[in-house]
Amino acid sequence: MSEQFEPIIIGFTCNWCSYRAADMAGTARIKYAPNVRLIRLMCSGRLDPTFILKAFADGADGVLVSGCHPGDCHYVEQNYKTMRRFYLLRKLLTQMGIEPERIKLLWASAAEGQIFADEITKFTEEVRRLGPLNWNPEQGIPKESQPANPMEVSA
Amino acid sequence: MAKERIGVYVCHCGTNIAGTVDVEDVSRWAGEVLKDRGVVISRDYKFMCSSLGQELIQKDIKEQGLTRVVVAACSPHLHEATFRNACKIAGLNPYLSELVSIREQDSWVHTDKAVATEKAKAIISGGVERTIWQTPLDPLKVPINPTTMVVGGGIAGIQAALEIADGGFPVVMVEREPSIGGHMAQFDKTFPTLDCSACILTPKMVQVGSHPNIQLLTYAEVTNVSGYVGSFQVTVKQRARSVNVEDCTGCGICQEKCPKKVIDEVFEAGLGYRKAVYTPFPQAVPKYPVIDRENCTYYIKGTCKACEKFCPTGAINFEQEDEYLTFDVGQIILATGWDLFDARRIPQYGYGRLANVFSNLEFERLSNAAGPTGGKIVMRDGITVPKTVGIVHCVGSRDKNYNNYCSAICCMQSLKFAHLVHERTGAEVYNFYIDMRTVSKGYDEFYQRLLDEGTHFIRGKVAEITDAAREPGEEGKLIIQVENTLVGKQMRIPVDMVILSSGLEPRHDTKEVAHLFGISCSADGWLLERHPKLDPVATMTEGIFIAGCLQGPKDIPTSVAQGAAAAARVVGKIQQKEISMEPIKASINQDKCSGCRICNNLCPFNAISFIEDRMVSEVNPALCQGCGTCVAACPAGAISGTVFSDQAILAQIDGLLLKNVKPLELVAG
Amino acid sequence: MKYHYYPGCSLEKNAASYNISTLAIAKPLGMEFVEVDDWNCCGATEYISLNLTAAYALVARNLALASKNTESNQIVAPCSACYLNLRKCDSYMTESTDLADKVNTALAAGGLSYKGGTLKVRHLLDVIVNDIGYDAIAAKVTKPLKGLRIAPYYGCMIVRPIFSGGSSFDDTEYPKTLDKLLKTLGAEVIDFPLKAHCCGGHMTQISEATGYELIRQLVKGATDYKADLMVTLCPMCQLNLDAFQGPMNMYFNTNYKMPVLYFTQMIGLALGIGAAELGIGSELVDARPALSKIGVEVPEPEPIKVRTPKEALPMPSLPEEK
Repeated sequence: MSEQFEPIIIGFTCNWCSYRAADMAGTARIKYAPNVRLIRLMCSGRLDPTFILKAFADGADGVLVSGCHPGDCHYVEQNYKTMRRFYLLRKLLTQMGIEPERIKLLWASAAEGQIFADEITKFTEEVRRLGPLNWNPEQGIPKESQPANPMEVSA
Repeated sequence: MAKERIGVYVCHCGTNIAGTVDVEDVSRWAGEVLKDRGVVISRDYKFMCSSLGQELIQKDIKEQGLTRVVVAACSPHLHEATFRNACKIAGLNPYLSELVSIREQDSWVHTDKAVATEKAKAIISGGVERTIWQTPLDPLKVPINPTTMVVGGGIAGIQAALEIADGGFPVVMVEREPSIGGHMAQFDKTFPTLDCSACILTPKMVQVGSHPNIQLLTYAEVTNVSGYVGSFQVTVKQRARSVNVEDCTGCGICQEKCPKKVIDEVFEAGLGYRKAVYTPFPQAVPKYPVIDRENCTYYIKGTCKACEKFCPTGAINFEQEDEYLTFDVGQIILATGWDLFDARRIPQYGYGRLANVFSNLEFERLSNAAGPTGGKIVMRDGITVPKTVGIVHCVGSRDKNYNNYCSAICCMQSLKFAHLVHERTGAEVYNFYIDMRTVSKGYDEFYQRLLDEGTHFIRGKVAEITDAAREPGEEGKLIIQVENTLVGKQMRIPVDMVILSSGLEPRHDTKEVAHLFGISCSADGWLLERHPKLDPVATMTEGIFIAGCLQGPKDIPTSVAQGAAAAARVVGKIQQKEISMEPIKASINQDKCSGCRICNNLCPFNAISFIEDRMVSEVNPALCQGCGTCVAACPAGAISGTVFSDQAILAQIDGLLLKNVKPLELVAG
Repeated sequence: MKYHYYPGCSLEKNAASYNISTLAIAKPLGMEFVEVDDWNCCGATEYISLNLTAAYALVARNLALASKNTESNQIVAPCSACYLNLRKCDSYMTESTDLADKVNTALAAGGLSYKGGTLKVRHLLDVIVNDIGYDAIAAKVTKPLKGLRIAPYYGCMIVRPIFSGGSSFDDTEYPKTLDKLLKTLGAEVIDFPLKAHCCGGHMTQISEATGYELIRQLVKGATDYKADLMVTLCPMCQLNLDAFQGPMNMYFNTNYKMPVLYFTQMIGLALGIGAAELGIGSELVDARPALSKIGVEVPEPEPIKVRTPKEALPMPSLPEEK
């Protein structure tokens, strides 16, 4: 790996538009930055702000939120709810000292593989410029308030 | 929870994955590093989706007692069903398998092998963590009520109703107007064959009216819809006809004797009259008239009752009241049609200001043998036959000021008009078009025929239609100002009569209809289909189908095809007797629910209801589509979603960021 | 309401009666105009075709001057060309940082600057129908223009498509606010199909054939519709239709006599203001026969005094002058 800082980004996609945009980018062999790891949800409306906080707490340097274009939501209008939460959460993150540029909202239809890929590359560069997040969960949040480790629960 | 036994399978996909990802290394890594997480076996194989690959998994499930399966291969949209099915055959609940994509999201989009390999490991680690939290699920089965409701009695609705009824299943048809028939009943001829519209439509209308499997409600509207696929409850408001249909014979004496004449804005498009008691047209189905209470002298002044006096069977009933009827139906087909673009919105075209500017629907009535002039094409004075006629295409369509879309029928309709004007008046006809679109069977041949008939075609968007004469010869005429873009010249064409081919628009109340039935509109306002190419008659709401122009402008053959297609879908479902649904659902833990009702309004499918006596909310699993928005919103964390539970996603985040393996690395290091 | 007032050059000279009548009705209608201090020409239609940056710097100077006074964020222009130029300039400076930078560099030389979007540019008609409103005007009408047939003429400038996504105050193809306003004043308003057609602008100076033909169409149209007079809202339109009606008649050998007045003069008459206070009488096509229909008396125009220098030599007397 190169010497430059390689950020790790967690990306949330919806099942109907943006995940299919990622598939589309793949099928078309469009190359983009390898820093994003995607999680598929049914709808961007499923995105609990906790997920984003958890990703940052776990060491992600950036979080991408993506869904269908406004008006195209498979579930009628749930992406509007995502939008509302997104801006609120960004404000909250700012108050916690996290640069608002570390989260990005991206609308991509199933046909927009190129846009999806380009935006990921762009976002990766932006996060790279910001540098590592340096979030220390052990000091920042008491351990008990962190999400339970599945193996501990099962033990 | 006992420790899971997880199997990881890494696919080469030939060289599609193996070319960029070191699959052996990934497989080895998963087997060693994720061992602590429950991975008991990790393999790589050339083609996991092949029958040999599937057998590999099945063998391990049986021999190794796997409780979870993670396949790292292509996109779940391609092969999720394949691997779920393979697990099911081997006796593992299909929802305990996870397919993670290391092809579309990794090998195909990256070039650096080391980086792609690392990413593949992270993706698999995320999949492993997530699958630990999955629970066994079974597809939901709901029984289906064989009755279908068809809303809208135009040609699309008629076709759908007849197909289902002929198939032996009951249909309830609801129509807002006093008669079925829709816009097609207003036309004289249909393009390109010039069939008489009434001759081909009325037999179908009669069939609907007399079919033993069809219950026809006209002068009625749907007011409420609840329930879900298989068992909808629909409330229909039957407006008072003021006529007892059991007694009425449809003799028409009431209409003859009624002294009140009203301009018929609906069927005659404002170009003719009807009485206050009326059937829209002689072949109306049903044959029973209605009394228009807003215009009836008796309802206005309290006296008259001419219809009652002359009715031979005593069928007039002034005291009749609106009734609300409830129907249980399994599926619904919407076919509510279109409205005409109001050309008054383009004031420079003069519709409504200049007497001899006609709309296309007005002209349909003018040229109709049963219309107000008996089919004579005359100017607004009712006598003069025009010597020159201009027909303007694309009025309100393909125009960013009004509607961006092409209304699909106007070119052919305008050609039909040109032909009818030629045939009946011998007038010179000028067609003003932007592009000529004659795409279906026999359409372009019709265009060629019109060219031979001597119609003038001028390519250009009309700038204005005015009665302000500039040159001698223009006095008393309507002057059409247009740029002929083929010769690059401005032209002024004086004509006697102008016909505006106004476009089609969504019904003015489409938004309310969409809301009522829980479906959505596209940006243009037409109802949204599930897939524009592959599923044009289904909607995002299970059990609700659309047919005809409410989905977008279309001609009669396409509307008929859609009506039949929707019917086929409905009948197919009915014959299955029950419907299975993906078990991706939300559910509310009643002990945790505080009854705050935040989730109630978030659901676009009305799946969440509030139970007043227990002060908690509840999800109806048959209505829930599984988007998960309520799960994310619940402040008490009382709502959980299957397949996409909080724990599963949080665990996947851990996995993707390799938080799950860090302690191991530390130990190892 | 308080507005910055940008009269523009024509209102000082050929359209002085537009200025006089505008100021005369401002008070009764409750409009307070603060004239932009030290305003300059908007460049009319010509300068923009020669040098875009310089032309917009010229326009922007007025916006910059007006925006110094923050009592109002609205600037009103009675002239349609001024209105269009101000609005275009404001809009383009909002859209293009490149243009805005260049213009502001020029303005900086005079210690000025302007940021696009600071002021809202309004036409006088827009302010009167939308801010004052038809109802408020109707309530103030004391002498309705009953019996007067008017052809409302908007010209082509105020109806041009909108800029910067803002909304136009009237239909861009077939406007109707002036129609409704004149009806409010009690006049009989004809549905004038040529209401938004071009008057020719400066074509009379470039090509007589074209310029006079455009004027002929408009005057003929209004005459065919049996209008008593035409009412306009643009100094250029008024000039063309009024001052060039005579030359046009000579050119085509016709004899049209269609008076052309400003809408502000009609408002003034309906509010009961005297004709002289509204500048009526300065038009070249006599409006007295038309206005006599509603009992408005227009004072005899004062004979034009020709000032003769002291050194001037006497004129020879003509035979018929005794």
